[in-house]
Amino acid sequence: MLNSCRALDLTDENGFLCGKILADLGVDVVKIERPGGDPSRRTGPFWADIPHPEKSLYWFAYNSNKRGITLNIETADGKGILKELVKTADFIIESFPPGFMDNLGLGYSTLSSIKQGIILTSITPFGQGGPYKNYQTSDIVTMGMSGILYQTGDFDRPPVHMSMPQACLHAGADAAVGTMIAYYHREMTGEGQQIDVSMQQSTAYFLANAIPLWELSGLVLKRAGAFRWSVNSTQRQVWQCKDGYVFFFMVGGRAGAKTFHELVNWMDSEGMANEYLRALDWENLDMFNVTQDVVGQISRPIEEFFLSHTKQEIAQGAVARQISICPLSSMEDLLHDTQLEARNFWAEIEHPELNAKITYPREFVKSSEKVCATRFRAPLIGEHNEEIYSEIGLSKQDLAVLKQAGII
Amino acid sequence: MSEKSGVFSGIKIAAFCWAVVGPLTMKYFADYGATVIRVETSKRPCTMRISAPYKDGKPGLDRSGYFNHFSANIFSLALNMDHPGALEVAKRLVAEADVVMENFTPGVMEKWGLGYEELKKVKPDIIMLRQSGFGSWGPYAQQPAFGMILAAMAGLPNFIGWPDRGPLPIGVSAYTDCISPRFASAALIAALDYRNKTGKGQLLDLSQFETALYFTMPAILEYISSGREPSRIGNSHPYAVPHGVYPCKGDDRWCTIAVFNDEQWANLCKVIGQTEYIDNPRFNTLLNRKKQEDEINELISGWSINLIPEEVMTKMQAAGVPAGVVKNAADIYDDPQLRQRNLFWSLPHPDMGLFTHLGQAFELSKTPAQAYMPSPRLGEHTEYVCTRILGMTDQEFVDLISTGVFE
Repeated sequence: MLNSCRALDLTDENGFLCGKILADLGVDVVKIERPGGDPSRRTGPFWADIPHPEKSLYWFAYNSNKRGITLNIETADGKGILKELVKTADFIIESFPPGFMDNLGLGYSTLSSIKQGIILTSITPFGQGGPYKNYQTSDIVTMGMSGILYQTGDFDRPPVHMSMPQACLHAGADAAVGTMIAYYHREMTGEGQQIDVSMQQSTAYFLANAIPLWELSGLVLKRAGAFRWSVNSTQRQVWQCKDGYVFFFMVGGRAGAKTFHELVNWMDSEGMANEYLRALDWENLDMFNVTQDVVGQISRPIEEFFLSHTKQEIAQGAVARQISICPLSSMEDLLHDTQLEARNFWAEIEHPELNAKITYPREFVKSSEKVCATRFRAPLIGEHNEEIYSEIGLSKQDLAVLKQAGII
Repeated sequence: MSEKSGVFSGIKIAAFCWAVVGPLTMKYFADYGATVIRVETSKRPCTMRISAPYKDGKPGLDRSGYFNHFSANIFSLALNMDHPGALEVAKRLVAEADVVMENFTPGVMEKWGLGYEELKKVKPDIIMLRQSGFGSWGPYAQQPAFGMILAAMAGLPNFIGWPDRGPLPIGVSAYTDCISPRFASAALIAALDYRNKTGKGQLLDLSQFETALYFTMPAILEYISSGREPSRIGNSHPYAVPHGVYPCKGDDRWCTIAVFNDEQWANLCKVIGQTEYIDNPRFNTLLNRKKQEDEINELISGWSINLIPEEVMTKMQAAGVPAGVVKNAADIYDDPQLRQRNLFWSLPHPDMGLFTHLGQAFELSKTPAQAYMPSPRLGEHTEYVCTRILGMTDQEFVDLISTGVFE
């Protein structure tokens, strides 16, 4: 849909997803790395477990559909080349520390004087200003500062961090939205602007009811392990089954009654429901104020029922009865998931230099007008130098000079 | 009430939405000037309107903190879609709209006569955005889905927990609810731009499950490459030591610390007053520190437990060591950084009083998000929408009220 647009993507792993989303929507995204490759190429896991800058699966995951060039923007030549590229671009995405681009003489005011209407999207841990702007961080720190970490983990142990980095993804996806809002404005008025995205803020943006609960009730939501914490009870969310785990969330009132009814009927058909479950007034069950005793009475027979089935049996039964119960998917489960297969979700993308095809998500949106698919793998280091630099008039000889000087 | 100014000024969105995914998607447009009209009914109120906590603990459709936190800037049109007269009103709304968005279980819109083909008959260049739990078709399409369940379906809890215990849910229930709206909103703006340039509308179909997989993707590639499933590693990190959550002074207070290199290690040792550890051969390299991880964690815990988490954070940050308070909801509420960046808007609400609404996600330098109005009471804008946007005469509107269609 955005095939006439170009983005220069200067981000490290904190900002990859923004450019990935734009690229899937049709933007020509040019990833700009320092000569020798971006340090984020050292991020594991690696293809065939071989740590190598051309084998980072983290790099692969979020840079497909982007072309790639190398450029040292801290040199005079590099700056000049970047400015030439800016003339061809609509968006610049960066995740340097606050002030870094300004100090190089590549701040928003300079860029917008080179290309009227340019949109500069900056992604940083805490934002361009404010008391934390220069704080050092990593995902565990940002997740802690955003309120999610505190609520995650067993109540008898410290809060526990999700080992797959998340804050960068919340920020990257938010940055794509912000960039598109700015783009819409530019298309209406011709005016560009800067978007300041904070990983802390994008992650804290959704804390469910934690903020109103604190404001209205003075209650601080605590971590509750495999349970959901409520006012008078904790309610199990993670249930063991024969060969793994299933997730089932007791929802009260009318929203949850259908699920409870269906589940009890299912259990009954196998002789595993009891009188208590059959007689309960699910429609008027208030899971927010329910007592621990009631929760226990409901939970025990359900626990037994799940333990007597495999996750596949439970998943299939839940789908057939339209009950909101899901297995905890393994990575293998996901690759063979029937829903994803039916929607043609996975795409095989060629990696000729690895002599392999790798499975990627095909597209995050199905559009009746335009295919938004993953078309090609992430770029190799400097793969498109010639192609892109020739556009701005650099000859092969120029490139040879720049390469030897460590500029590209 | 005049037309809202802002980037999307003049854009009208008919939102047949509920729960969290709907409001969060609406919000990216409403905060930037779109007229977002949420269709809802007291006959089947949105699950958020009937979710605690309530103002003064008293339930009421306009008193839910959960609903009102997430719904600033939205217009509410009360319209009972199960009423025989509702479809005609809904179609008049569609005729005025640029976008119809919905996130019900697939089939609900069709049942009401508002499937994409029907919408096109009313408004040929309409853009319809759908984002149900599993997408509009496929074997699980009809399965009801909540964010917490979808997080498990997408495999996220595999990355949470201790090696000696089972997997854990993400502490923010409905975690995936904030993922899909971002992908959907980026795509929808692209579709609006495409329509402006080509005159063509379209159908956009997203699945909350599928977008959540973008948050697990490296692990899926790792499985494809090595056959290795994720394992639970507590708070440790493959190449950072120390890396964890450390106890601090106070009730359930914690601070994170993450050390990625020798310089940070040396600085940490100075901060905790243990400089002999810097060059100690048991701790002087990453590989050595990895072997002594438990001992290092105990050493730091013995120091941090005597300090409040803010002190740990500021001392470590002053020395260039990544560290941060493990903030609870009260801390987030008062966080100076987030407050400065307008994460929250304090707006007067007729039922809630001065109430904290979710504010902006990010800062646009020239067209920032605006707090136009507090979250709507159910049906608050029914008359406004009918008479000012749909062009009904007062008599027409009054006649319709008597039919009960606006309940």
